[in-house]
Order: sequence, then structure tokens, then C-alpha cells
Amino acid sequence: MNVIKTIDELNAIKAKYADVVGTRIEGKGNGVRDVLVCGGTGCTSSGSMKIIDVLKEEIKKNGLEDKVNVIKTGCFGLCALGPIMIVYPEGTFYSKTEPEHIPEIVEQHLKNGQPVKKYLYAETVSGDEIKSLNETAFYANQHRVALRNCGVISPEHVEEYIARDGYQALYKCLTQLTPDDVIETILNSGLRGRGGAGFPTGKKWMLARNLVKDADQKFVCCNADEGDPGAFMDRSVLEGDPHTVIEAMAIAGYAIGANQGYIYVRAEYPIAVERLKIAISQAEEIGMLGDDIFGTGFSFRLGLRLGAGAFVCGEETALMTSIEGNRGEPRPRPPFPAVKGLFGKPTVLNNVETYANVCQIILNGADWFASMGTEKSKGTKVFALGGKIHNTGLVEVPMGTTLRTVIEDIGGGIPNGKKFKAAQTGGPSGGCIPAQHLDIPIDYDNLISIGSMMGSGGLIVMDEDNCMVDIAKFFLDFTVDESCGKCTPCRIGTKRMYEMLEKITKGNATMEDLDKLEKLCYYIKDNALCGLGQTAPNPVLSTMRYFRDEYEAHIKEKRCPAGVCKSLLNFTIDKDKCVGCGLCARNCPASAITRTDYVAPGKKLAAMAIDSQKCVKCGACMDNCKFNAISKG
Amino acid sequence: MAFKKSAVPFSGTPEQEEQLRKVIAQHKDDPGALMPILQGAQEIYGYLPIEVQQMIADAMEIPLEKVYGVVTFYAQFSINPKGKYKISVCLGTACYVKGSGDIYTKLQEKLGISGGEITSDGKFSLDACRCIGACGLAPVMTINEEVYGRLTPDDIDTILAKYN
Amino acid sequence: MVNIKINGAEYQVPDDSTILQAARIAGIKIPTLCYLKDINEIGACRICVVEVKGARSLVASCVYPVNEGMEIFTNTPKVVESRRTTLELILSNHNISCLSCSRGGNCELHELCNEYGVDPHKFEGENPTPEIDYSATHMYRDNSKCILCRRCVAACGVTQGIGVIGANERGFATQIASAFDMDLADTACVSCGQCITACPTGALSEKDDTAKVLEAIANPDKLVVVQAAPAVRASLGEAFGLPIGTNVEGKMIAALRRLGFDKVFDTNFSADLTIMEEAHEFLDRVQNGGTLPMITSCSPGWVRYCENYFPEFIPNLSTCKSPQQMFGAVVKTYYAKKQGRNPEDIVCVSVMPCTAKKFEIGRDDQNAGGVPDVDIAITTRELANLIKRAGIMFNELPDEQADSPLGGYSGAGVIFGATGGVMEAALRTAAWKLTGENNDAPVDFKEVRGVEGVKEATYEVGGKTVRVAVASGLANAKKLLRDVKAGKASYDFIEIMACPGGCVNGGGQIIQPASVRNFTDIRAERAKVLYGIDEKCEYRRSHENPDIQKLYKEFFGEPNSHKAHEVLHTSYKEQKLYR
Repeated sequence: MNVIKTIDELNAIKAKYADVVGTRIEGKGNGVRDVLVCGGTGCTSSGSMKIIDVLKEEIKKNGLEDKVNVIKTGCFGLCALGPIMIVYPEGTFYSKTEPEHIPEIVEQHLKNGQPVKKYLYAETVSGDEIKSLNETAFYANQHRVALRNCGVISPEHVEEYIARDGYQALYKCLTQLTPDDVIETILNSGLRGRGGAGFPTGKKWMLARNLVKDADQKFVCCNADEGDPGAFMDRSVLEGDPHTVIEAMAIAGYAIGANQGYIYVRAEYPIAVERLKIAISQAEEIGMLGDDIFGTGFSFRLGLRLGAGAFVCGEETALMTSIEGNRGEPRPRPPFPAVKGLFGKPTVLNNVETYANVCQIILNGADWFASMGTEKSKGTKVFALGGKIHNTGLVEVPMGTTLRTVIEDIGGGIPNGKKFKAAQTGGPSGGCIPAQHLDIPIDYDNLISIGSMMGSGGLIVMDEDNCMVDIAKFFLDFTVDESCGKCTPCRIGTKRMYEMLEKITKGNATMEDLDKLEKLCYYIKDNALCGLGQTAPNPVLSTMRYFRDEYEAHIKEKRCPAGVCKSLLNFTIDKDKCVGCGLCARNCPASAITRTDYVAPGKKLAAMAIDSQKCVKCGACMDNCKFNAISKG
Repeated sequence: MAFKKSAVPFSGTPEQEEQLRKVIAQHKDDPGALMPILQGAQEIYGYLPIEVQQMIADAMEIPLEKVYGVVTFYAQFSINPKGKYKISVCLGTACYVKGSGDIYTKLQEKLGISGGEITSDGKFSLDACRCIGACGLAPVMTINEEVYGRLTPDDIDTILAKYN
Repeated sequence: MVNIKINGAEYQVPDDSTILQAARIAGIKIPTLCYLKDINEIGACRICVVEVKGARSLVASCVYPVNEGMEIFTNTPKVVESRRTTLELILSNHNISCLSCSRGGNCELHELCNEYGVDPHKFEGENPTPEIDYSATHMYRDNSKCILCRRCVAACGVTQGIGVIGANERGFATQIASAFDMDLADTACVSCGQCITACPTGALSEKDDTAKVLEAIANPDKLVVVQAAPAVRASLGEAFGLPIGTNVEGKMIAALRRLGFDKVFDTNFSADLTIMEEAHEFLDRVQNGGTLPMITSCSPGWVRYCENYFPEFIPNLSTCKSPQQMFGAVVKTYYAKKQGRNPEDIVCVSVMPCTAKKFEIGRDDQNAGGVPDVDIAITTRELANLIKRAGIMFNELPDEQADSPLGGYSGAGVIFGATGGVMEAALRTAAWKLTGENNDAPVDFKEVRGVEGVKEATYEVGGKTVRVAVASGLANAKKLLRDVKAGKASYDFIEIMACPGGCVNGGGQIIQPASVRNFTDIRAERAKVLYGIDEKCEYRRSHENPDIQKLYKEFFGEPNSHKAHEVLHTSYKEQKLYR
């Protein structure tokens, strides 16, 4: 492609590809079918690349090359149903696609126009009627701003991004707005950082623009080091719509006066890295990165830096230390990055999802964005829904949506008829939200008031089988493992917290220990060097707040109510239910099960019994018992 | 002190060294070049033994300790070679609440090694990893590029058998 | 200036103050552990936390700047409890063997624990005891006492620009060690000991050689002579509660005599001898086209650094042995002969402000009499311990004078202990020589004095232009040498001392806690002692020292004579960075 210097050239490409993309958006039929196959990490893991290969083969076999386009997209969101395949213009939704399904789908649907109902997502089929993706409960309740292009365009083709208004916002900024106008727009939109703490983005940009007047160099950074276990919003944006991040970073560069940016992305996201590389080189090719963008004299370059497996590098100063080529240890603030950031220069750092909102705000105006959400939290928020929930995946909802809507309506509730126990947000910095708060509208401030935080958007659902002490221990294990080791409270304090939790889950703790643990939590909150250290106790504090009874059961009764903590488990055989088949004893790795003399009424063989001294609590006996005679508690 | 040299003797080839020199030359003048160079080096050698770290330290004119300090900070870097089959079990939250801890334990038992170790025949290495993003398939593990999802501990034997 | 409130009272403090500095102005000492001004401002240990009105959490006062209207509280129950918990957490991962610790009585951690009344067993859990690294000649590292303040890392990496130790691993497993945990002896450590004086606890200590000294003294068959370096007298008094900058030369000599040494001499004497050789070597290089710039070789840390990192400058190094080694060489040759003793029967002990001197005595080509020139090198700290253990009431001692013939010195010899001193001493004799042995030639070369890291000067003497540079601290030396190498700077004569400020701030000196070092320039205070002695000396130039004149007359003949080369000069060789 040629370098784009004028808006006419940009619009010409937009017009040329509008039809192509329009087929998918508006269902316009021009006789060509688009088959969109998800190429996000979730679906790739479940085999979508194989699907694409078979699909192309079958299309060729059927001579449909001119009639069908196969497009590899970013994440659709419904990862649990992967590999996902959508056929346009109908918008029919094939889920859990297997290579063996493809010949039939190509033959019947792509060739003859008859969707193969048995392979469609069940919720979209009722009798003869086939619903499109957007009519399902999962999508109907969502509102996609940051994810607007994910699963719609091919992320490896900048033309498709341009067809969806790509680079129009950058043009508008460079030609119609002053840097101060840009900052004001972002400020007025009410956009807050989507990485966790929710600092107003416009304010951040304003500080970086104004605090240091005579800086010879400034930087714009993108935090794509999404490290919260169970969060993959940013990855999906990068995989599905990388150009929107590139464009927004260039806008930020214009706003603060920087001409160099860095994207710091997890090396564990190979697909995102690859798509970013492609996108950056395409943007350079068409002159959206480089010198004299749109002939305005504004220059902006982007470098890609890969993380190397350190959660702490998601903290802004640690991220910069890491880009500088050092151990990713946080630095004390002040000086704040707006004054002294990357390589000692004024720096703006935002996360991927924050950037993903910027172009839309520039194009649609601050008021449009501010009309969504709650008073203090504007716009939408993307959540990675996971854990004990039907529709594992990615959802974007307006701020202020209740947790109940997200979990029950969009997420489809909890599988296996189990009871909801808690939702964990904010990853290792966040907390567990109990059922009583399910109807609280989600926004930054509400989540903090109930002892959790927005975090980057991981939302893990837990059911009655999850032990909250064990969950707290899980997060502390993570924190201990990922602590950088620089400051005393985090390095030693979290380790001691973990050891206390271990003592509790082993039934060796006293109520004094619980007290000591709580005090240590507050101490770390007050004393740790960085934000991650300061929030590390949150999982413990929030579970202690809402599930204190579980802690006390472990301590006072030496009992794990959810039956998770192995040291406290006791497997017993109900001698009246036991038929004496002996399957449990044959599967016991510790030879802890022997036959008793007792023959229950109506049974032929003597019942079995477990020697709790020998039992290793693996649960094999219970798994193997066909008569529900074994219970744990 | 116990000198922590890599467990196996270094067997780098002149070709690998040539490649490394190229990577270093490519990045040397970039600000903050150490990380990209280490990532490149690990791609070339599969791990970062003292011999490789020393080449990097010498070329960049920085202390070897600085290189080693960075290498040991990041989980992705390894001073020991990985197995022919690299097993990673996701211990992200979504996988954990669905029982990936049990999968990890089972693998340790089966392979007779702890996390971060390699079997004596060099065939398998085992690591826990953070969320790989396949939460829809939780609990998940990967063996080299292959992803195994919706696992139960009982699946492990069958899966390992494929590689034996 | 900005207006702030500390604990309710109003103060005006400079704009660029940290809370720690502002509090000091207000007469409040906030405790610190990791903070070392200019070189380790990382806010890591969290012992210095204070409350600031409006701040979300406590803040680290060592790195937190003040601003207009700031309200600070340094002593609330929350602050005190936080500091106590920090100490208790540190202790939960610390080898609490305080009674037998090398830093007993001089441990910053211990002192704070006493102040805050901690419960050392409040937190229990994993507390690994890593192996102690005894490999190096001059020191040992005991990580079980390390609190990860990283002051040593800054001393090694920032001050000295070497970086053979650093933080490895992460989180609870973080350890200060060398690459791959290799032995310190196998690294390019130069033995300067700056890490030891930076350490707040007993994690880093010099190797204690006092037992060897006592054993020698107790052996009736041995003649035990002792020399003390110029800088020792400027610091030793600190161990006995005297103010920093007290000259204790007379009491030091009295104490050495009472410890039982047969002869108490002075390294100041051999410093004069060094100048005789070095000044003449310099003149010879200038006049006969030798390698220039000539670089001094008195500092064994610097010499090792040169061999490790700048081998291309080895031909520039003066071939003169250091004053310590010249002293030993003279003792084992001239003095032995004079006393009619076999060199084997003489034990030469040196008291040095330096840990590298322990390493230097074992170097090759340092055995003029067929036996090592110096047998035992102890630090100022070890001498202080010997004196205390012997029950000598140091402060009550009379002032005594060193023995003859190796005890008399000129002012040029004594200023060796401060950065620029060797240069000035050499210039005194060189200027005299170049002006036709004119006694009116200049004596004071003040441009090369002072604690700046790099100093430059150009002198016109006897029609010659002499361009000199002085560097102390190896990071400064590195910068200077890189400039010379790149042709950006050109000199005839360079003095380099491994330790910042020179020997007065050597790695073997009395350890001052960070709370002192952060607010007092101990280098300048101790240097004042030496320049004060110099001013009062009867002789200001080395060649004027009558004992020196006698030595040449009786033994060496001329400076740089064949005999002098045999006894007083040495050689160097390139060293591999890692073994």
C-alpha cells in the first residue's frame, strides 16, 4: 500500500473496503459469504487453525473460492464454545467446531445456503428459527466499544480497520484539534485507566504535557503486560484490533508532545505479539507511524518490548525499569512518570483497554462516552469471565451493570446446579465479592467500597466447592512468587502471610494467629513500596470480611466447610449405604480401606471402612464409589 | 558459595555464536537492549548458561552479575535447558478454581520431578505458568505447542503416553 | 524555601529537601537502613516511613520530596508500630546470632531493634541460612545476616563501577551474590572493602587476622615490627568515641607499643620512600620518553582494577611498590641486615585503612628479602579490637613517637592518605628537582586537594608543563581512563585511589553508620587531620626526611638504582575477569 497523506486517500480505502466489512456488520448480501473463524488464543488452543485449513480445502473442493472468504479474526468473546465460526451475511454461529463438521457445513451451508443446525450454538436455534450471534443472551446484554472490532475485522489487514473508521481519529487530532483540545476531550469524557487504579486518563496526559516544559524527549507507553491470572481482555484487543491501540498511542503522543512509544507486551502472548508486529509494520507502510504523519509534521514511532514473566512489571515504574533493561523492580514515586518516567523522561503509560477507547471518544465526542456508565465511572468495561461459569469468555458492559447481570444473564450462571459463593475481581490486588453484593452496580468506587477493586477486569466465579481460605492462599502464593523482593513488607510480609494461611488450612492455627494475620495485612497495605505490594493483602482481607466463618471453622473446628483443604478432610464410608463391592479399596493408593464385619441390612457383603491415619485424602475412593456411600467433610 | 552452573555441559556451536553476535549487534545501541538480547539468546540456545551470559556481558561491556541478576528475575529465562517436551500447567485463577493444582501435582508424581525441573533423560521438563488465556478450556496444560484442555488428573497417563 | 509542618510545628526548609533532610533540620532523626545519600536512594527497607497528611499510605521519608504546606508526622503510633513490624519481619528472616557477630556493638539493625523494643520472634517461618562465602582473601560474606538493603550493591556498582555483586532471584528468594553464586574470589572483585563499610549489619566483614598478630607477638623467636598507614590515625579514635577528624597518632603509637610490638614504625616513612622512587620514575619517563601518563600504584584496589578492567594501562602504572610493601621490603632487607637478623625471623605487621592490603601482601613479586615483604595486614577496625581486647584505655594514653630509623616522616608522606596526596607529594619533589633543586619551589598544590571524584590541574615547573589528574573511587577512575583512552583528555601524571576520598575513607576504616555518613562528609573530616599534620611538619618534602636520606646513603645509593629496583619495584599482569 502507498503512504496515506490526505484524508481523501484514507477515505478512498475506507470506501473500498466498506462493503467487505459491511457484509458482516449490516448483513448486506452481495452474494459472497464471509466465514469468520476466531484466531484468538482461546479458540486457537481448541484448534481453530486446523478448522481454517480444512475449511479452505473444502471450499476449494467445492469450487467456492469466489463465493466465500475465510477470515481469521480476533476473539468473539465466547471462549468456552471454541473453536467459533460465524457465517455472514446470516450471522449464524457455529460453536465447538470440529474438523469433521466442516465438509458438511461447506456442502450444505456455504454451497446450498442451508445452515447445519446440529453444529450451531444451541441457544441460537429454536425450532426452525435461527438467531444470529447478536441476539443471544451472551451478546444482547453487552455493549462493545473497546471490543467493537474484535471478531469483526481481520486484524492482519489494516484496510479492514480503516473501513471501520480507522485512523480517522488521528487525522482529526492532527488537523483539527490542538494537543490541549485532545486532552480536554479525554478529560471531559471521564475515561479512567482500565488497568486497575482508575486514574483519570485525561489528567495523566495533562500532567505529562505540562509538568516538564523543556523536556527534550517524552515517551508514550502501553502496558500490555496483562499479568492477572485469569484476565485476558488486553490480549483479545491486541489480537483482534491492534491498530486501535497504535492509533490511540499516536494520539497520546501528539497530546503530550512525544514522538516515541513503546508497547510492553507479555511474551506469553505469541499471537498478540505477532499481530502487533504486523500491525506496526503496516502502519509504518501507510505512514500512520513514522515521520510527517498526514503531512502535518507530526512524527511518531513505536517499539515493541516483550515482558519475560514477571507480574510486577505490570506496575508502571517496574514496567519502565524493565524496558530500560533492568530487573523489573518498582521505583518510589514521586517522581511520577509524568515528570521522570522511562529513561528519566516524562512518560504517559496507559493500558491496552484504555487506549482502545480513545479513538472512539475522539470521533464520537466526550459527551457520547460520558453518557455511558455511572456518575464517576464512564464508558464500558471489559471483563474476562472465568471459573465456575457457563459462558467463559470476554464481555464488555456499560459501567454500572450489576454483577448479577454479568454472571447470570451474560455468563449463563453456574454449571452443575451449584450455588454461587463469590466473584473475584481485581486479581491478586482485588477481593472476593459475596452473594449479598451481587446487585451492586459495577464501577471503580463501588468495588473499592466493598473491599475489592476493578483491577484490569478478571472476573472469576466461585461456587460452593471453593474454599475461601484456600483461594486467599492461592492468591498469596501468587504474590509471594511474583514479589520483586525489593521492599521488606512485600518480600517478607507476604511470605509470612502465606505461612499463616498455610497454618490455618492445616488446622494448626489459633485465633491469635488470625488476629496477627489481619494486623499484618493492614501493615503491608500501609508500608509496601508499590501499588502491587500495597494491595497484596486484599484477597485475604476481603475473604476475612465476608467469609470469616470459614476461617473460624478451619481454626476452631479444624474443618474445611468446602472440603478443599486436604489436611482437614475426612473421608468416611456410610456403612449402611456400602454394598461391599471393594472398588474403593482397589483404587486406594494408600491401602487405607479394609473390610469390616458389618453387613448392612439387605446387603450381601460386609461394608468397607477407611483408616483415617493411613488415608492420604486423594479422593479416589469417593470418585470410584458407584453407590454414593463415601462422603468427605 | 554453591556455584550454580547449568546442569549439563555447554555445547554451543559456532553457528549459534554467530547468530548471537548478530542479535547483539542488532540491539546493542538500543536503549535498554539487555532484555531483547537475552530473549534472542534464549531463542537461539534454548537456555542461558554462563557461557552465553558471559558473551553478552562482554559484548555489552556490563558486569556478568548484572546479566545474571536480570536473568534470575524473570521467570521466562532459564539457566538450565528445558526438556524435549516442555510441559506447562496453567495455574491462573480460572484454571486453579477448576482444579489445575491437582493436575500439576499429578504430573510431578508421574514424572518424579518438581516444577522447574527436567527428567533425567532430558525428555520432559515441567513448569507452572500463569494464565495462557485459554480459560474457556480450563484447566489447561501445554506440551510444547500443543494445548490440552478440560483436563482431569486421570487424563495425564494417556497424554504422557503419547510422548513416550 | 517551602513551609512545612513537622509534628505540628512549622519549619522552612529548602525546596529540594526530602522529608528525611527536612526532619533533620527540625532536629528529628528519622531511622534509615537502606538509604545512602546519592548512591542508594531506593526507598526499599521502609524503616523511614512517616505519615503525610492526605497520603494514601505511609511514605518513605528518605526519597519523598517536601512540598509547600506539607504536614508530616514522624512519631505517631501508626508510624512507630509500622517501623517495629518492619524490624520484626526483618528479624524473622535474620540469623540472630548477635552475641558472636562481627558487628556486635556496631550494628545499625541491632540499634534500631533496641530503640523500638521489638519481639524478635513475633513472626516465624522460613529463615534460610545460606552458605558463608569465605573464598576471598580479604573478607567473607554471610547472607544469613543480610537484610537486602543493597547498600553494598550500590557501593560496588555505583561508587566503584564494578558490580561483582548484585541482587539475584526475586521475592523471598532474593539474594545479594555474584553471578551464578560463584565465589567472590573467582570474580573480578578488587578487594576494596567499600561494601563492608556500607553494610549496616554483619553480612559483610573483613577476615580477622588479629589472632595471627597475637601469636607472632607471643613468639619469643620473632622480631615483630609494625607500621601504621597515614589514614589510620585519622579514623582510629572514632572507635573510642572521639569525634570524627581527631588525630590520634601519638595514642596509636603508644597503644601499638603496649600491645607488645618490638618496634613501632610508620608507613609515613615508606610513603616518603615511595615518593623518592615514584617522582624520579616520573621524571625519568618524562625526560627519556617513557610511557605517559604515568599512573600511581599505591592503591592495591586500583592496581587490581587496572589488571582486571584496563590491562592496556598496565605499562602506565608506576612500577613502585606501595608504601606498605616498600616498608616491608626495607624491613626484610636493610633493617634485617642492620639488626643482624634473618628476614625469616622478622614478622612485619601493617595496620591499614584498607582491606585490599590483605590481598596485596600475597601478590607475586612482593618478596624482596626472599620472604613476603609484609606478613600480616590488619585493618584499622582490627587494631581497634586488639586495643579493646587488651584492655588498653586508649583515650588515657600518652602521645608517643614512632621508633627510628623507619618512623620519621615528612608532610608529603602523611598526605598520602587523602585523595590528591600522592600527587601533591610527588609534585613537591619533582618541582624541586625540575627547578634545579631549588628550596623555594612550590610546596602546596591545593588544586589537587578535596573530595571531588576527579580533579585536574596543569603546572608550569622549571619550564616544563605538567598536566595532572587525580581520581578517587573506581567509577570516577573508569570515567577518567575512558576519556584518556578515547583521546578526550591527555595527562602526564595521574593519581588513582580505589576508595572515594582516598585511604581516609578506605574499606578498612572504622565504620560510621549511614545516619552519620548521610549528613557528614567523613572523607573531608578525616582528610583535614592529615593536612593539619602536614602543615606542622618540619619537613614538607619527602627527600628532606633525614631517615630517607640515610637509607639511600647506607643502602640504595640513588633513587631508581639497581638495588632500589630489586627491592622497591614490582610488576603487574593482566587478569581474567572470571576464573
